[in-house]
Amino acid sequence: MQWLNAIIQGVLLGGLYALLAAGLSLMFGVMRIVNLAHGALAMLAAYIGLVIVQGTGVSPFLAMVAVVPIMAGVGYLLQWGVFNRALRVGGLAPLLAAFGLAVVLTQLLQLKFTSDSQSLQTGSLSIASIQISDDISIGVLPLITFGVGVVVIAALQVFISKAPLGRAMRAASDDPETVPLMGIDNRQVYALSTAIALGTVGLAGMFLAVRGNFDPNYGQAMLIFAFEAVIIGGLGSLWGTLAGGMVLGVAQALGSQVNPSYGVLVGNLVFLAILAFRPSGLLPKAVTA
Amino acid sequence: MRVARMMRVVAAVAATGLLATACGNLDSSSSSSEASAPAAGSAAASAAATGGAAAAATDSIKVGFVTPLTGPLAAFGEGDQWVADSMTAWFKENPIQAGGTSYSVEVIVKDSQSDPKRAGEVAGELINTDGADVLLAHATPETTVPVAAQCEANATPCITSDTPWQPWVAGLGGNPGDPSKPFTWSYHFFWGLEDMAAVFMDMWNQVESNKKVAALYPNDADGQAFTDEAQGFPAIIGPEGFSFNNPGLYPSGTQDFSAQISAFKKNDDQLLTGIVPPPDFINFWKQAKQQGYNPVLATVGKAIEFPAAVAALGDLAQNLGTEVWWAPSYPTTSSLTGLSSADFAAAYTEATGKQWNMPLAFSESMFEVMAAAVTAAGGKDKQAIADAMKTMQVDALVGNLDWGKGPFPNIAKTPLTGGQWRATDGGEFPFDLTIVSNSAAKAAGLDVPLGGKVEPLQ
Repeated sequence: MQWLNAIIQGVLLGGLYALLAAGLSLMFGVMRIVNLAHGALAMLAAYIGLVIVQGTGVSPFLAMVAVVPIMAGVGYLLQWGVFNRALRVGGLAPLLAAFGLAVVLTQLLQLKFTSDSQSLQTGSLSIASIQISDDISIGVLPLITFGVGVVVIAALQVFISKAPLGRAMRAASDDPETVPLMGIDNRQVYALSTAIALGTVGLAGMFLAVRGNFDPNYGQAMLIFAFEAVIIGGLGSLWGTLAGGMVLGVAQALGSQVNPSYGVLVGNLVFLAILAFRPSGLLPKAVTA
Repeated sequence: MRVARMMRVVAAVAATGLLATACGNLDSSSSSSEASAPAAGSAAASAAATGGAAAAATDSIKVGFVTPLTGPLAAFGEGDQWVADSMTAWFKENPIQAGGTSYSVEVIVKDSQSDPKRAGEVAGELINTDGADVLLAHATPETTVPVAAQCEANATPCITSDTPWQPWVAGLGGNPGDPSKPFTWSYHFFWGLEDMAAVFMDMWNQVESNKKVAALYPNDADGQAFTDEAQGFPAIIGPEGFSFNNPGLYPSGTQDFSAQISAFKKNDDQLLTGIVPPPDFINFWKQAKQQGYNPVLATVGKAIEFPAAVAALGDLAQNLGTEVWWAPSYPTTSSLTGLSSADFAAAYTEATGKQWNMPLAFSESMFEVMAAAVTAAGGKDKQAIADAMKTMQVDALVGNLDWGKGPFPNIAKTPLTGGQWRATDGGEFPFDLTIVSNSAAKAAGLDVPLGGKVEPLQ
């Protein structure tokens, strides 16, 4: 039963990883940008949420309604202001721009908010759980996080395969030279993609903030898990990212069950094994994002 | 259009660059008092020496202060700029009198950025470039050990604190169990593993429990030292009837604690202890509540030593226990300024608007020790200061420090108490640390008043 519990907790944790990784996966899928500032942006979202919650006294969940569009706006401006220009230069420029952005953003957050750890309180919800047996209980908050992760990934997938903008995003990803001939501005498509990606980062940042505590450096520490989820699942594949998140979460939970020292290690080993034996990931390009 | 856009990029890049350098400057060194360094001091001293003037001679002492102002350990260094500023102001009015000379004090604060390598670098800079006469450093082995190592290598006296003494001695390459090989230049004051065990056991004994202790430790220097079967917690608490359930050391940053939680539940561990980084503990504690692990008492080091981390836990922090290194209720006064612990804490809150924290008094006490050492040495000669430290005794804000009586030649122990966080019901700050265990401090000769009794967790 303990093992079953470990698997359940691992799957729930995987939902959080997938939620955090969704934006990363989308930006890579559409623009081939490895957004190293992803974690720092998640913290920006968390601090925006903190300011809103402290300023107005609303619940963190209500604050998300504001945080997500704000982050989407940040993403739109960021793409026009930084990444579109970096893409024009090509090569390593987008990667370096993202890296620089991560450093500057983390330091700015530290200047403004200091490195004190912060938290968004959800009252009794933070410890509420559904008791299934003596050994198994499912936390309500992890369950909500997991649900949101799945819904976000599914919605993104539907959007990309069905909506006109989604089609444009796929087209801009597959053949950036031809798309402008059809009267579509790649840069605008990119900006909207980043806006959507950062909207999901807004959600992820808020759920990280509700789940435990955070400081300006916390997001970058979590970024490694999001990266692993993306790689395990297959670069650019959204369903793959969801699968990757869960595989990583379950691997960590099972590893910890053997010995707490092995948790993170087993996750990293699974990641390494995927890189070595199946470099394209679990679900490579099932549907291209 | 394009030109305008280019201009904007250039402007944006330039602005970002400026910001980055501004941050860099803030990080690298922010001296509180360089301006106050009396350039005339040494000239006056030499004039006095040659002329044999009747007026008291003057000279100046440079004190280098290495502390984590930024990075993951920044909570430890939060009050240090204030301490450095108020000490600078104090010494300006009250220069150190030693050997017939009046010494003004220049304090140079350097940020370790919570990075051991950087701490060693800035310590080397302070000694070799800035010409510091004495170094002070505090906050975890990540700061104190590299700084002390630089002092040993560069023959400069060094006063450190805020690191349990065993990891400090071991980190510098000594053997805590073998006092025959002391260090030459570094002197440290803090408590040790045995004090923490004594305080925690005293708290555990005040509640009804099955004496089974759950152990939550990360895989780091602290975790390895404290879980050591021969010299760590198991060896100390075992003979007192407590069992120690250590499922294994976890890597810091672990997100899922269900394995530990199910192990603790299975063994019915009613007491919980550990030395846990704050983010890990908050994740653990919320998951423990979700999965129905409810110990009778939790006494945890590191995670809940600072008000900010406790506030982040909200209601879940009620009655969590931790070791207390110093509190405003300590019946001590500063040997320098004469301020009582309560007045000292109040002055900090008044100046910064922040709640008191434990490292504050240790930072202040390092200045007390420095001044006492210079006085005892009769000047700023490095060898004389190091020699004087060997048998130094100071009645400091953190308690009586006596290097002649330490468990290791370079160590002076400070009295440790235990406390629980309790909601203040509309006070200035949401939680305050209530002292609930004082027997270990009493045994060490300091009678700290109790603020309440140990209360079990809900």
